[in-house]
Amino acid sequence: MNPHRKRAKTVDRVDSADSALVSSESTQMRPFPSKPLSVDRVKSVESSESGRMRPFKDKILFVDRVDSVESSESSRTSQFSDKISGFDRADSVEARVDSAGSTRMSRFPDEVLERVLALVDSHKDRSAVSLVCKEWYNAERWSRRHVFIGNCYSVSPEIVAARFPRIRSVTLKGKPRFSDFNLVPEDWGADVQPWLSVFSTAYPFLEELRLKRMAVTDESLEFLAKKFHGFKALSLLSCDGFSTDGLKAIATHCKNLTELDIQENGIDDLGGHWLSCFPDSLTSLEILNFASLNSEVSFDALEKLVSRCKSLRVLKVNRNISLDQLQKLLSHCPQLMELGTGTFMQELISGPVTEFKNMFSNCRNLITLSGLWDATPLYLPVIYPACARLTFLNLSYATLRSDELSNLLSHCKSLRRLWLLDTVGDKGLEAVGSCCPLLEELRVFPADPFDQEILLGVTESGFVSVSRGCPKLRYVLYFCRQMTNAAVATIAQNCPDFTHFRLCIMNPGQPDYLTKEPMDEAFGAIVKTCTKLQRLAISGLLTDRTFEYIGKYAKNLETLSVAFAGSSDLGMEYVLQGCQKLRKLEIRDCPFGNAALLSGLTKYESMRSLWMSACNVTMNACRVLAKERPRLNVEVMRDEEGGDDSQANKVYVYRTVAGPRKDAPPFVLTL
Amino acid sequence: MSFETSEITSELTTADDHGLNLNETELTLGLPGESRGRKLGKKRGLIELKSINDEKNQSDAAKASLDEEQLAGWPPVTLYRKKNFRFVKVAVDGAPYLRKINLESYGDYQQLQCVLFEIFAYFTIGNYTSDDLEFKNCYKPSFTTETFVPLMHDSFNNSIAQRIKYVSMYEDNDGDWMIVGDVPWMMFVQTCKRIRLMRRSEDINTARRTHSECSVSSC
Repeated sequence: MNPHRKRAKTVDRVDSADSALVSSESTQMRPFPSKPLSVDRVKSVESSESGRMRPFKDKILFVDRVDSVESSESSRTSQFSDKISGFDRADSVEARVDSAGSTRMSRFPDEVLERVLALVDSHKDRSAVSLVCKEWYNAERWSRRHVFIGNCYSVSPEIVAARFPRIRSVTLKGKPRFSDFNLVPEDWGADVQPWLSVFSTAYPFLEELRLKRMAVTDESLEFLAKKFHGFKALSLLSCDGFSTDGLKAIATHCKNLTELDIQENGIDDLGGHWLSCFPDSLTSLEILNFASLNSEVSFDALEKLVSRCKSLRVLKVNRNISLDQLQKLLSHCPQLMELGTGTFMQELISGPVTEFKNMFSNCRNLITLSGLWDATPLYLPVIYPACARLTFLNLSYATLRSDELSNLLSHCKSLRRLWLLDTVGDKGLEAVGSCCPLLEELRVFPADPFDQEILLGVTESGFVSVSRGCPKLRYVLYFCRQMTNAAVATIAQNCPDFTHFRLCIMNPGQPDYLTKEPMDEAFGAIVKTCTKLQRLAISGLLTDRTFEYIGKYAKNLETLSVAFAGSSDLGMEYVLQGCQKLRKLEIRDCPFGNAALLSGLTKYESMRSLWMSACNVTMNACRVLAKERPRLNVEVMRDEEGGDDSQANKVYVYRTVAGPRKDAPPFVLTL
Repeated sequence: MSFETSEITSELTTADDHGLNLNETELTLGLPGESRGRKLGKKRGLIELKSINDEKNQSDAAKASLDEEQLAGWPPVTLYRKKNFRFVKVAVDGAPYLRKINLESYGDYQQLQCVLFEIFAYFTIGNYTSDDLEFKNCYKPSFTTETFVPLMHDSFNNSIAQRIKYVSMYEDNDGDWMIVGDVPWMMFVQTCKRIRLMRRSEDINTARRTHSECSVSSC
């Protein structure tokens, strides 16, 4: 037994799937049961009898799952409060087991247990493991190297550091997803600095940090670069608040950097000099993605960097890198697995196109290709030699037409994931259906989101064509201007394996354009047929019937996005009652009011978060929710425009063990 | 679907049973979308929507009245993507059709000028030089059209003889026609709605009057 692993008096537990921790100070915990836990419970691991000890029914389920560590079945089906109470009993488990003399679980040496558990990667499985008993809880927390925190305000950095002493890698998500669409004001929060401050003492050997929708300053980046000496991997996705100066600090001070991945951030681009800050001694880079930065970097510095980093496997450059520059780069790193090109055309046709035709012939490991800005039929054939091996092709920045896409796709028979612009039209999608039978993911983005002309873009017919040719489709994001119920029903029949179905009919409240009916039957068909559905985004003219279908059939649904839909509170109530696995619910511009909000009173603690904006919710209802559920943070964002103070225009509700936010700006009211 | 009064009542009873005093919450009954003293700004797109759909008015006019650009955060495309696609129409006087270019793909006026010149040359024949397409002096490129394949068009034959010049103009978001190059690049990108390569011989005010959507304002 490790002497330094004291039996913690406070029982802290992280359901790391959604990172809600329970602190022992909470008064909601149930007392220890009087009924002793017998050895039978431990035996049930082998016998997989799950019903024997009635009060521990849920616990036994968890034990069963530990046996099959590869199963990713979530332990979230039980109510949050059940987990707390089950955990209280952990102390009694070991005592009983010891005294009864059964040796099966308790004599298992900690060190071996930790070794075994170290092989468990999935955070959902680790969460299940930690709930078995106190011994396993401890073994799990000491062997954990990576923590995933889906909502940075659901837990505090101190609680995380207290529970997990040996973390090397952190993933942290901040703002609600609707901040991507400008619905969350600046300075809302999600500052990474408080986390870095705690980590600098708790995890001085931190190696990886992956942030999504967090507020990051240059000072924080400098702090990160200087305080964490072994730091290796930084990934910033949809973050804001920093500039290229912060990147300079990372490049300068992180001697062992393996990954720098900067995507779609609200960054202040002060120039490309940051790349020149990588010292000549840095050879460890494996992933470099600066595709979304605008300013030009020094090509000389980039070329030298790429040449000396022999392990480089992901390189995504920005638009300023020309075709001949790209060719030079590729000659230094033929081992690349993922490439993001720069601009894929030359303004002045200087030399013949044939000079580029061997650019990709040595890239035998290339499976992902993106970038391809301004790609035209003149230069696109350059990538043909690499197409047969590609599994992911991102053409969402290339304004291709249907014939151009068709020619390209005829070479891409191995594609699993494809991202497109709707400039390819329905005809282009027909080509997808006929050329890519292995396709699992398709995303079609609008080239001109504000264009009112329905003549452009893709329609229901394109989607149907894809579904016919690609029965393995499981992830679709589709922006269109018209859709029919019949088409979606056909699509569902053709592709019953959907796990993610995100359909955006861009004109809000638009009905089936042929029958003029609401689009209820379309989403009804999806939820009835696609039993594995985890994520759904709905659009078009929708009545409560859609929600009735969702509540009744979408039993695996975890994320639901709703806009301009529904007729009454019933809509939201159906979903809250029926979707047992629901974790994230985001709603905007729907006629759901207080009754709907409060119908989820007992449900929200089993979810990560709820967002409701421009609905019919009042401040009073929010206050009731906050009062009844102290373990939820109920935050209301005030409108800048005057408006009615009794209305709660933007409501964000999430479970937390960290209490109310201490850093809330003046426009965020925590009730 | 309309509210069922009995359902709401039974809900309130249930809530009271659980010790929740919903009298505090001032629940009111009413049709969805009814204002409860709330200011209905442009951002309340839903309200306008419901009235449009209730009347089953599916005409284009009704759709156009719901100006999508005023619906905050809709369609749900990330800012990064939206920023990357600012397409504006480019019209060349005398050409049979328009082109569309993406302003975000150019970093400055020089790059825009190259593209405009390509488009201009595409629609014309003969040996046009960059002098024939006027730009503000500091932005002039220096190359000729000899490498481009011309599109035949009768009226252009005359222009070769006369060396009629073209000037690039744009319509800003106030509806005024301006000379390309006057304002800083970023401001131009954000305010430009369409571009026209106009024959120089026309009076500028004449050009403005021929565009019905223009308002004539002081130069």
